[in-house]
Amino acid sequence: MNPATRTLEVSSHGTVELKIPGRAEWVAVARLAVAAVASRLRFSVDEIEDIKLAIAEACTNSIQASGGEDAGVIEIVCDALEDELRVKVRDHSPALHLESTPRPIVEGRTEELGVFLIRALMDTVEYASDPRNGTELLMTKRVIG
Amino acid sequence: MDIKVNVRESEGDAYVVDLTGEIDVYTSPKVKDAITELIDQEHYNLVINLEKVRYIDSTGLGVLIGGLKRVREHGGSVNLVCTNPQIKKIFDITGLVKIFGIFDDEQSAMKALV
Repeated sequence: MNPATRTLEVSSHGTVELKIPGRAEWVAVARLAVAAVASRLRFSVDEIEDIKLAIAEACTNSIQASGGEDAGVIEIVCDALEDELRVKVRDHSPALHLESTPRPIVEGRTEELGVFLIRALMDTVEYASDPRNGTELLMTKRVIG
Repeated sequence: MDIKVNVRESEGDAYVVDLTGEIDVYTSPKVKDAITELIDQEHYNLVINLEKVRYIDSTGLGVLIGGLKRVREHGGSVNLVCTNPQIKKIFDITGLVKIFGIFDDEQSAMKALV
């Protein structure tokens, strides 16, 4: 095979873990890091934007659950699989609004916007919360096509 | 990551708020302050220009909704200028297209205020 036409085959599989301070100024770092991981899969630009926003909303939710000041450490774990990105966002705050059924924004409170967006932009959203271990939000997005 | 906010007077009593950058949990207080200041000065017809906004999250949307609620109490309105498809999509899926006037250019947004 002509070297010029050889296709570089690189596995997209991998796990990336990130810990950020649970403060507003660090949320951009989380969303950009997860976008970089998502770009390793075959997501479209629009889908990567969706993932960025969902992860930022999860981190924002953690900060807001802590009164908007300091949520301690927020842990973000990204599992890049063959055809799916799984992102886990873990903090040490009680769950905020995650249990509520999202209502249309015009009827709901603006605090629910974040959860509404996460559910709308990701394929699956699961969470677990307890007072000792905080809240863990697991989101997945499948590669289509 | 930052947001630049520029406020300018336009036709009649209307004001335009030009935003440039990214609106998130960190930067949205700056946007809120600018809108709040205008409303406190009794300017209730606003055009918020999002043409140069690359990203907006729920806190940014919340600031816009808060501003809209306040001006409506005084018979005013907030119209948005937005051409970014990703941001338009966020307004669409949240249903905010039903409560905001969203326009492709400032002239149309301004005209619709009156």
